[in-house]
Amino acid sequence: MDILNNMLSGQVPIEAYLGVSLIMFFAGIYGFLSRKNLLMILVSIELMLNAADINFVVFNRYLYPGQMEGFFFALFAIAIAACETAVAIAIIINIYRNLTSVEVGELDEMKE
Amino acid sequence: MDYSSFLQMTEEFSLLAVMVILLVYDIFAGEKSHRYFQPVALILFAAHTLLTCIPREAFNIAGGMFQYVPMQTYVKTILNIGTLIVLLQAHKFLNDDSNYIKRGEFYFLTLSTLLGMYFMISSGNFLMFFIGLETASIPMATLVAFDKYNKKSAEAGAKYILSAVFASSISLFGISLIYGTTGTLYFNDIATLFTGTPLQLMAFVFFAVGLFFKISLVPFHLWTPDVYEGAQTNITSYLSVISKGAAVFVLFTLLVKVFGNIISDWQPILYGLAVVSITVANVFAIRQQNLKRFLAFSSISQAGYILLAIISGTALGMASLVYFVLVYMFSNLAAFGVLSVIEQKTGKVQMTDYNGLYQTNPKLSFVMMIALFSLAGIPPFAGFFSKFFIFSAAAQQGFYVLVFIALLNTIISLYYYLLVIKAMFLNANENPIEKVTSDFPAKISLVICTIGIMIVGIISTFYNQIAVFSFSM
Repeated sequence: MDILNNMLSGQVPIEAYLGVSLIMFFAGIYGFLSRKNLLMILVSIELMLNAADINFVVFNRYLYPGQMEGFFFALFAIAIAACETAVAIAIIINIYRNLTSVEVGELDEMKE
Repeated sequence: MDYSSFLQMTEEFSLLAVMVILLVYDIFAGEKSHRYFQPVALILFAAHTLLTCIPREAFNIAGGMFQYVPMQTYVKTILNIGTLIVLLQAHKFLNDDSNYIKRGEFYFLTLSTLLGMYFMISSGNFLMFFIGLETASIPMATLVAFDKYNKKSAEAGAKYILSAVFASSISLFGISLIYGTTGTLYFNDIATLFTGTPLQLMAFVFFAVGLFFKISLVPFHLWTPDVYEGAQTNITSYLSVISKGAAVFVLFTLLVKVFGNIISDWQPILYGLAVVSITVANVFAIRQQNLKRFLAFSSISQAGYILLAIISGTALGMASLVYFVLVYMFSNLAAFGVLSVIEQKTGKVQMTDYNGLYQTNPKLSFVMMIALFSLAGIPPFAGFFSKFFIFSAAAQQGFYVLVFIALLNTIISLYYYLLVIKAMFLNANENPIEKVTSDFPAKISLVICTIGIMIVGIISTFYNQIAVFSFSM
């Protein structure tokens, strides 16, 4: 019971957060390479971007508590990620209108 | 806080003014005055190019977020001239009925990517750099997917945006690790704190992927041929020259200014990338039949040559890099200009279509010929001199084997450039492409490119001017 209490009340070590972000990042890369649906590929990329955001915040909070640089970078990165997603979804909708499908296998107009 | 120092960013403000004027014009102009949209846009942009072409004193603003050095004016002017040529070539394509309504967007998107590149070039902080990089690449994706009803264009757009965001998210992860290990995002501070611990090396590799993607070096090049083929030809030329030119300059400054401490670690990486890029791209270029794909692989191999200048990390490397970008811009835009003139008239882009082009279109064949000669590096044209400077920059630092491999590859590249020239001048064809008369702006652009290819190499003022302001570690 004591151990559990310690774990619940004590500070979470930085390694735990970094482990989460690293797993998220590589899960994103795996998803990008293995998924066959354009929307799922986009979701995988979002995972990677968010992993980087977690990193910024965690480094700022644990290693450089006096600064704000990491927090601001995370905010900007979230905004940029939103723009990217908006444009990517617009393009994917355009593909759906042209091909009535969002599967990667259908995008084979240009092949050697 | 005193914001007046921001007014020193004249290039950015001038471009922003052009963009805002064009946006307002596009929205509020009536049917009648809308006919003058393109001439006004071109004149405004030419004025912006002229007004901002004089180098100034170096300065820092916003606590080092924005760092200006005189060299950047030259790079920005080169990008401006290239953009102007692309806009001239796109004039006819934008006057088509299907694109008439989208002209305003085309100009606005093109110029906003250019603004992103400006900020990327002048950044002194990773936040500024990342915003610039994204401002340069997100509107680019919408430009690639510009033709909404064309399957190829939509497919190219999806391939571009997904791989661009993939690369930039890896880059962002790298920046987060750089922040974690150094505690700052300013280039000047990172330069002293970046000592090459294993985590920092990993951060550097992650970070560099984003730029390598934009330059389309070989392991990161898979999007290039498809996007170049699917996008409209003028947008392809913009992508291959302007976007790439800005990225190589930024790569050089970052490697030298920020990662100067680990030069012995990044030189082998660039070495390998240069060898692989030049060789693989050359081998693939030989078997291309579509001229846009062909020029895509040719531009990948040219990017490999540019790495020879970057790898040296010296002032000579800097000068030869900017000079190479200038010459590459003229040669590549001339080739793409001929391609777009013919494609807009006839819709033909296959190499076999170009058989016997000389019989019907001697002038266009001539421009295409000198452009390809310049890309291959044949002496009287500018391409020879730019390659020469790049090789000497690398050889000065002792990369003799690399220079030798690059030299061997110029012979291979000569073979495939000559294939196109042979098709135009020697191959017989029963019914070659009919006589194409290009419109006036496209003619001007081709004349500018031709003159550029002819004189930039012979008149040494260009190189000397660039060399005055080149910097290194």
